[in-house]
Amino acid sequence: MSVSTDVGSTSQRLLPARAVPEDLDAHLAGFGPRPHLEAVAMLDALDASGLRGRGGADFPTGVKWRAVREHTGRGGDAVVVANAAECEPASFKDRFLLTYRPHLVLDGLEHAAEAVGARRVVIYTTKSHTDVEAALRAAIRERRRRDDSDRFIDVLVGPNRYVAGEETALVSRVSGHLAKPKVVPPRPFQSGVDHLPTLVQNVETLAHAALIARFGAPWFRSVGTERSPGTALLTVSGAVRTPGVLEAACDTTVGDIVDRAGGVDGEPATVLLGGYFGRWVAADRIWNKTIDALSLQSVGASLGTGVLLVATATTCGISETDRVLTFLASQTAGQCGPCHVGLPAIAETFHKVATGRARPAAIDLLVRWSHDIRGRGACRHPDGAMLFLASAMEVFAADLRHHLKNGSCRYSGQRPLLPIPATDAGWW
Amino acid sequence: MRVRLRVDPIKCKAHGMCGELFPERIRMDDWGYPVVDQRALSDDVLEHARRAIVDCPRAALWVEPVDEPGARVRPDDSD
Ligand SMILES: Cc1cc2nc3c(=O)[nH]c(=O)nc-3n(C[C@H](O)[C@H](O)[C@H](O)COP(=O)(O)O)c2cc1C
Ligand code: SF4
Ligand code: SF4
Repeated sequence: MSVSTDVGSTSQRLLPARAVPEDLDAHLAGFGPRPHLEAVAMLDALDASGLRGRGGADFPTGVKWRAVREHTGRGGDAVVVANAAECEPASFKDRFLLTYRPHLVLDGLEHAAEAVGARRVVIYTTKSHTDVEAALRAAIRERRRRDDSDRFIDVLVGPNRYVAGEETALVSRVSGHLAKPKVVPPRPFQSGVDHLPTLVQNVETLAHAALIARFGAPWFRSVGTERSPGTALLTVSGAVRTPGVLEAACDTTVGDIVDRAGGVDGEPATVLLGGYFGRWVAADRIWNKTIDALSLQSVGASLGTGVLLVATATTCGISETDRVLTFLASQTAGQCGPCHVGLPAIAETFHKVATGRARPAAIDLLVRWSHDIRGRGACRHPDGAMLFLASAMEVFAADLRHHLKNGSCRYSGQRPLLPIPATDAGWW
Repeated sequence: MRVRLRVDPIKCKAHGMCGELFPERIRMDDWGYPVVDQRALSDDVLEHARRAIVDCPRAALWVEPVDEPGARVRPDDSD
């Protein structure tokens, strides 16, 4: 059975039916050659499709491509960078996609380069993702041998640090500097890599764009909702029986997704949606919600990078939050006071509360500080960390008071659920 | 043209001068870094804004149009 049969089916679009990496032959057998679309047709299709970015910000993709193209018009050249950094510790979807369908992402990258008028095309990944880098280099070699492409796609690796995948940090690294964020404006679409207008796009977004180029906007919209059309890649983990990456239409419920991941080992109590910039939500509030933006918004959540992590009542939300906050504080780029002074102060204070070494007033202080530092870094690192903290303080409010008083709880000594990766010390 | 005040958090090294020169719109956080009110500047405060911009030892303050397309500002205090 060829993979082309997936294309008609509703919710399995980006991932092949069988978990086998697709080489160029398999890719062409399944999808046929990449169509050549005029820039205007491509941009119209993107707008009509309603595709939004899958790197966390949920920004309309068509709007972004148009903005870059408009700026290209002035100087005649632009740069496109596929963001395959995936520094979010609980996310594996980008690496999964690049392992099994690298050519779909590369197709999307070429469409993007044609549509915005870019000569330089780069795919940016992370040092520690060595398998992905190898898979990408092999896929690019295959395409060049086939002469299917006249563009030279460059692979670049950045440091394994949480903020190195942020778009201005990525632009800085691709321009030959340290992978640290910059103040905006200028945004990359205005002045990015080597001061050229630059399109930075998550790899999953590019793969969707490649399918929209082939099958059209109405096809893309045939699943999902008006506001969140299409499918999404999700990394489902935590207390589920078969953790992994799966693809679901954006009108699928959280409960159905968890069932597809084998169901929960125990009684679900809370769900972390969107990763370490995301939010904790009580399981019973979110179980029957679909994963589209408006539905998740109604419980104060968003899909972010597609991380869906289930915890049971035997998970200590306070020690999990404590460890993640300490990790996020360690990931500051050390440039902005509210971030590199504020985040460690907040993480330390939370740690004192979690271990029963603080006064009750510390909780009020955390609330005030977490509000104070929002929007005050060059990048959104502190904002994301504070969304995570605020949701934990809400969902685990009773546990937090218990920890403040007793320094621990029945479950705080358990094996950690949320992954904390080793990261690089440098910024190169 | 309506403008607002911005601070470059990478340049700012918490000298604190700006809070004294423009208390109407700048307060200091617990670590001595400025929290800048990002509503549009009205005419009556423009002179104080200008003084803060000129006297910042790090040249970290600037004004930009409120509809600057590439800007990322602090979320409203209401949310
Ligand atoms: C601290 C931080 C880290 C980020 N890391 C990643 C990342 O690893 N991969 C990614 O695709 N986007 C990441 N982003 C989002 C990018 O800045 C950018 O919005 C995205 O790559 C744009 O692509 P999209 O519109 O397709 O989502 C990060 C953002 C922040 C604030
Ligand atoms: S907000 Fe933090 S992570 Fe972002 S640029 Fe400033 S110091 Fe670096
Ligand atoms: S005067 Fe300049 S350096 Fe000092 S706190 Fe204000 S903005 Fe920062």
